[in-house]
Amino acid sequence: MRIIKVGMADLKVIKAPGILTTLGLGSCVGIALYDGFNKIAGLAHAMLPSSAEISNNQNKAKFVDTGIDMLIEKMIMEGANKNNIVAKIAGGSQMFTFSNNNNILKIGQRNVLATRQKLMNLGIKIISEDTGGNYGRTIQLNSEDGSLIVKTIGHGTKII
Amino acid sequence: MDNDRLDNFMIDVLREIGNIGSGNAITALANMLSKRINMNVPKVRIIDFKDISTILGGEEELIVGIYLGLKEDIEGNIMFILDMDSAINLLNMLLGKEVKELDEISMSALSEVGNIVASSYVNALSSLTGLKIAVSVPSLAVDMAAAILSVPAIQFGLVSDKALFIETIFQEGDNTVKGSLFLLPNIESFQKILSLLGVQ
Repeated sequence: MRIIKVGMADLKVIKAPGILTTLGLGSCVGIALYDGFNKIAGLAHAMLPSSAEISNNQNKAKFVDTGIDMLIEKMIMEGANKNNIVAKIAGGSQMFTFSNNNNILKIGQRNVLATRQKLMNLGIKIISEDTGGNYGRTIQLNSEDGSLIVKTIGHGTKII
Repeated sequence: MDNDRLDNFMIDVLREIGNIGSGNAITALANMLSKRINMNVPKVRIIDFKDISTILGGEEELIVGIYLGLKEDIEGNIMFILDMDSAINLLNMLLGKEVKELDEISMSALSEVGNIVASSYVNALSSLTGLKIAVSVPSLAVDMAAAILSVPAIQFGLVSDKALFIETIFQEGDNTVKGSLFLLPNIESFQKILSLLGVQ
């Protein structure tokens, strides 16, 4: 089966068959959208919660808000129906710990919160998620059934 | 100022910090170990985010990251990265025995090296700018390259679509260590550094 890689600050859409994967998600968030009726899958690897906070915001896939909009647009262009789309999210970990409060360290958590908020505003349901912690994750979204495999080093592998 | 000129200027500054900082770091390590350590001229590299983890052999490659906070006149972070072979070679140098895996003692030794290396670069930055900069206690993580590198990538992401870093290779006997250092001032501190160095 074809496997398509989604890099950091990037997003891809495919129609079944095929797998979308993103390797080593850390504080970034992986947003997997799926239309099970039309078997169309989309995966975004967003780095920052909001394009509104940054002046250098041309790369839409870099941000949770504009990335999700663009991902849905692309899925609809492939033939997806927005009403069928459900979401699974993974990542948003805190790779390093410090005793003091450092906003940039909480970026993982902020990415996850921004994702939940954005999807809620769009009326897209999150059916499962594996977020937080202090470790990296590799994810694979199968366009046949919408299953999302989450692999880690030392924290097991699961399907969500 | 346009991005290309800023990038070019930043490379010059980083190269200078790299030269002085690496020299200081190697001297400190050599004194600590009472051994002769050779160093190559540090390289300053700029890469796109999407290629950030390929510099260390792939997104899922196990690497060591040591992360420290910067305080006082500037705020931000500094990150020192080692691939697994380099981490093991460094430990062989430090502990004077064959190290097979990373236990608690070796992780704490690596944190200490991260501290020495980071402080050396920060002192170089301090003397170039006249800024007073303090370094926090290090935090260490061993995980997939892409996951660890997402931390500096996100911090660069606030200002640019590229990441800049300094790569230093040093040797002691048969042990070769390749380390990459990311200097990550926050936006205000970044501007402060630039203006002190004569760039508006």
